[in-house]
Amino acid sequence: MAWLTSFPQLDDGYLRDLKKVIDEGFRNFTRSYGDMIEGFFSPLQTLLIWSERLLLNTPWPIILLVVAGLAWGASRNWRVVIGSVLTLVLIGLFGMWDDTMKTVSMIFAATLLSIVIGLPLGILMSRSDRFQAVLNPILDVMQTMPSFVYLIPVVMLLGIGKVPGLIAVVIYALPPMIRLTNLGIRQVDREVLEAADAFGSSAWQKLIKAELPLALPTIMAGINQTIMMALAMVVIASMIGVQGLGQPVLRAINNQYFTLGVFNGFAIVGIAILFDRISQAWGKRLQKHREVGHG
Amino acid sequence: MADPIGIEIRNLYKIFGPNPAAHVEAVRAGMTKAELQARHGHVLGLRDINISIAPGSIQVIMGLSGSGKSTLIRHINRLIEPTAGEIIIEGQNVVAMPPEALRAFRRHKTAMVFQKFALLPHRTVLDNAAYGLEVQGVPEAERYRTAMRWIERVGLKGFEKSYPSQLSGGMQQRVGLARALVNDAPILLMDEAYSALDPLIRYDMQTVLLDLQKEVRKTIVFITHDLDEALRIGDRIALLRDGCVIQQGSAQDIVLRPADDYVANFVQHVDRGKVLKVASIMVEPSGAEAPPEAAIDPEARVADALQKMAVLRLQSLRVEAPDGRTLGHLPFQAAIDAYTGQQGAR
Ligand SMILES: Nc1ncnc2c1ncn2[C@@H]1O[C@H](COP(=O)(O)OP(=O)(O)OP(=O)(O)O)[C@@H](O)[C@H]1O
Ligand SMILES: [Mg+2]
Repeated sequence: MAWLTSFPQLDDGYLRDLKKVIDEGFRNFTRSYGDMIEGFFSPLQTLLIWSERLLLNTPWPIILLVVAGLAWGASRNWRVVIGSVLTLVLIGLFGMWDDTMKTVSMIFAATLLSIVIGLPLGILMSRSDRFQAVLNPILDVMQTMPSFVYLIPVVMLLGIGKVPGLIAVVIYALPPMIRLTNLGIRQVDREVLEAADAFGSSAWQKLIKAELPLALPTIMAGINQTIMMALAMVVIASMIGVQGLGQPVLRAINNQYFTLGVFNGFAIVGIAILFDRISQAWGKRLQKHREVGHG
Repeated sequence: MADPIGIEIRNLYKIFGPNPAAHVEAVRAGMTKAELQARHGHVLGLRDINISIAPGSIQVIMGLSGSGKSTLIRHINRLIEPTAGEIIIEGQNVVAMPPEALRAFRRHKTAMVFQKFALLPHRTVLDNAAYGLEVQGVPEAERYRTAMRWIERVGLKGFEKSYPSQLSGGMQQRVGLARALVNDAPILLMDEAYSALDPLIRYDMQTVLLDLQKEVRKTIVFITHDLDEALRIGDRIALLRDGCVIQQGSAQDIVLRPADDYVANFVQHVDRGKVLKVASIMVEPSGAEAPPEAAIDPEARVADALQKMAVLRLQSLRVEAPDGRTLGHLPFQAAIDAYTGQQGAR
């Protein structure tokens, strides 16, 4: 009765061969197409380098001013402005300014990329139930697959560096953008769309003038989540060469530098809260017209 | 503004459900709404609708909740695809229009007011009102000018920068009305456009519509629950029940000769003396008796005729056209019968 106590698995040799064949295949694929794929992703490299330079070369007082301006513009709330500036000042005082700028530039690029990819996909998904049925399980996999697993093929293809790091971050941070765009558009009041149709709107006019503006609060929630998830990937991405706040944390783990880890950890938390408050306040202000009474 | 255009609705069927085409034959053969629902899980929306709406007239559609009024009006600009039938406007079958033509048709030939307002919540009153022109690509200054004119006309001057959520239901409905009127389309579709208005504003808006109708004749399809409103503005009335037209005709026809109890119920509370015209209940002059001394206009209402007879102490009036011809007689008894609804006169 041995087959009852140990699961009847495939033959060991067979499994070994299977893994070998797949690995070989992928390695061959990498060898023959790696350069091409790297070329394909090189605009990302440009984007990353540009945004990092911008943040690192700009004098810090100007960055503080810009952040304060953004916070004010988005929230019209002094507490948010003061909180944001204070967070950055503390980060700077504790010697993490440059790393923070690198991380912020990475988050910025990842969010931008997620919006550029996620918005159209979310719109398509809202248009077709079939596409939704196909995409949903893929998004589930993207969100639940441990990130280390998809770091492997990304690194095999693109090596170690900023771009593979960015791709890994985007894979993880993209799903909420797609899902919430889809959800937001599907939730738009049918009657309003009917009115848009009745006045002869084209599909594009309907999208721009009715669907997207009405889905905006949900889409903004998607962007917010994307930013938060991208921040959560900072440490993991640093394992494949992404610079920023993640690397000191990694060093701290390896060498058991407790304080270094804590400082950088709090810096990540700080900018997470900063991004969150600013983007949420902005999302709310876009909804001014909803505030007053009635339905 | 171009000439008014008519609407011809022919053999229109609408069945809601996953496979409507499969059941249209059964419905044609007489399956009822309840049967269709119970046996096949499909909802009968409309059955064999034939309505011919004259250019420049106001067609009222009435019926209880769920009788298919909204469904019917949405077929005219094809917000709902029919299961069978055709809608002919300017010689074209709306049902068969390709998407591009349908869009042009909706932009230039029709405008609609919605039962539930359906305003764009993120746009100001002004931008809502200008929406139709914006979609047509009219430049901003021009569309705002037109929109402002209609916003004033519906009494919302000063609110053009407000958002719909800042307005009361009745005000939102007037924004919907302005939005439709801004388009200056020959066909106006109004789905309970006035139901959310209070009686005074409602009367005002009816007047706006009737005045407008004097300036530029539009073809208007007007849904209402309110018989007095129907009688005031409607040239013709169609009554729907369970997706079927059970009676259509002029207000006089329907009040005097309701086709069945359902219609009779609808009209029972109407003030017949103020609705019925002398012309609808007068009798042929019988050569025997001497003609009555006093005359009355055929367009006068029965209540006025009764008043006149009472004042003059007459048993009968001569019905006289404006050109002096005698059209018939109105005996006191016929007027009283019509007034109290005892029987269809004549
Ligand atoms: N999309 C739909 N799917 C299924 N059934 C529908 C659909 N739309 C309407 N119906 C049904 O069609 C019938 C007519 O609905 P409709 O909205 O036209 O009524 P109405 O006369 O406008 O009523 P009200 O006065 O309440 O506005 C109802 O029985 C309704 O349930
Ligand atoms: Mg309705």
